[in-house]
Amino acid sequence: MPITYTSGEQIEVYRFSWPVTVGVPLAALFLQSFVPRIFPPFAVYFDLPLLVTIFFAMARRNPISGLFTGAAIGLAQDMLGPYPIGIYGIAKTVVGYGASSLGAKLDVENAGARFLVTLGFYLVHAAIYFTVARGMVSLTLNWSWSRGIFAGLANALLGIGLYFVLDKFKQRT
Amino acid sequence: MLGRYRNLTILVGVLFLQVLGLAVQVKRSADVENTRLIRIWAVGAVTPFERGLVWVQNSSRNLWHNYFYLRGVRAENRELRQQIEQMRLEQVRMSEDAAQAHRLQQILAFKEQYISKTVAAQVIGSSGTDLSRSVYIDKGSNDGVAPDMAVITANGIVGKVLRVYASTSLVLMINDQTSGVGAMLEKSRLQGVLRGTPNGEVILERVMSDEQVTPGDNVMSSGGDQIFPKGLPVGTVSKVSPGREMFLNIQIKPAADLSRLEEVLVVTGKQEQQAVADATTPRVRAADILAQRLPSVPDRPAGHAVVTTPAENGASGAAEAGQAKPNSNSYSNSSAKPQVQPAGNAAGTGAGSVPVAPPAGTAGAVSAAAIPKKPVQKIVSAEPVAEGDTEGSAGNGSNAAVLPAASVAKPASAKPASSQSPPPATAEDAPH
Repeated sequence: MPITYTSGEQIEVYRFSWPVTVGVPLAALFLQSFVPRIFPPFAVYFDLPLLVTIFFAMARRNPISGLFTGAAIGLAQDMLGPYPIGIYGIAKTVVGYGASSLGAKLDVENAGARFLVTLGFYLVHAAIYFTVARGMVSLTLNWSWSRGIFAGLANALLGIGLYFVLDKFKQRT
Repeated sequence: MLGRYRNLTILVGVLFLQVLGLAVQVKRSADVENTRLIRIWAVGAVTPFERGLVWVQNSSRNLWHNYFYLRGVRAENRELRQQIEQMRLEQVRMSEDAAQAHRLQQILAFKEQYISKTVAAQVIGSSGTDLSRSVYIDKGSNDGVAPDMAVITANGIVGKVLRVYASTSLVLMINDQTSGVGAMLEKSRLQGVLRGTPNGEVILERVMSDEQVTPGDNVMSSGGDQIFPKGLPVGTVSKVSPGREMFLNIQIKPAADLSRLEEVLVVTGKQEQQAVADATTPRVRAADILAQRLPSVPDRPAGHAVVTTPAENGASGAAEAGQAKPNSNSYSNSSAKPQVQPAGNAAGTGAGSVPVAPPAGTAGAVSAAAIPKKPVQKIVSAEPVAEGDTEGSAGNGSNAAVLPAASVAKPASAKPASSQSPPPATAEDAPH
């Protein structure tokens, strides 16, 4: 039964085994790198490492754990790209912290809440990436609300399915 | 106090460290790769899976295509054979042009760059985001790949090697916003800089707005970047509009399909040498060339094919020098076969023919009527060759070509004609 209270004592905290903690982010990075080879639009609209960051952060409900998970996944994503390391790292650190803080206060177990949280954090992530890339790395990026919202909706939909699968790996503390 | 804001403090600390690290990387020049080790870890963790999956994918595809799905292969083979024949004809003309270019380059002491060695590589992954345009290939330093090597396909250039690991490399594609390629327009020879945009498009910068650039113009590498050898196809102009600061905004459609790359070639060896004219090409007198190139005059009414053999030609006199020619170039076995040259066909459909203006005093054996009216003859796509007749197509029917001089052996019949033509000239003097 989902917990719908906002009281800290009644919120259930989950943990994950080591293979899942390491393997799922690695699989997300691998798929994010490999799938565009077969289906190029995947890279345009989907960000699997972001979905995994949000999922782990919301499930653990611990801001410290969330921000380190986000930092690790973001930095690994940076390492695979051609640009300086840290752009995704910063963006996903903030998302990890925010998602776990939100998860500690709200019920994020149902599909509707997950959809909205994912959509919101996708836009937050895009905004931070945009700011850091332009401000620090001098990359030329064009902000597009329509593209951001469309990609956010696509990620939110994918996220619902992905979270459902990843829920199977949850372990009660 | 710290306990109350512990989470926030750690967040700020982690962010601060990352910002600091980012700032250090941005400040340092690109030559100093200070993040190499951790990149190796990340790439090493991900690419083996990609490599394995690509191998499985290719193996199953090859199994299907090579053993089970062979429908239409015969027809395709037939078409390809026809294409080969046409390309051989084209090659003859090209090699003649190239020989001429080499001679001119030698005269001007130009240095040429050749692609001397390439390594075929398979694309196994991408950076995973549309904000950067880069792909991973399955060849690395173990295979001789090094940073800043050009990556190309048969269609055109792809990008350059950005980072090299032991068995993989990261290739920055030409549509990435941080890439830059020296390029020029094929027709007008205008040079510019090819850059990617944040949207993944490719634009040609630094072309003044008063220049004439039209959509459809071909763009090729200029060699100015010292990465891509000169003359590689880059793409075609798709859109031209006024840009900023008196420059044109030229959008390019890349020749290579950058979104669906599978196999690429890494240019691992480039050779720079002074142009050397082909010494093996025999020096042919211009009059001989003329005699060989001029169209034949049918001695029978149209519709009656003239069948000649080299032997017959050799026996014929000077007046026949410009007529039916023994076609004994390297790709044709027709010297051993009777050639059928349709009447009046040689002038118009001569594949590989080169415009010849009749110089004064050379027409001792050539009638003025035999000189083609159109001075420029391009390669005419030969009609499809009948099945089973591909090997000798250069010597029959419409494919009977008026061939470039250097590639055609001098027929015995041509000699008397040339002997009457003063003054002796070399092939270099012949108008092309």
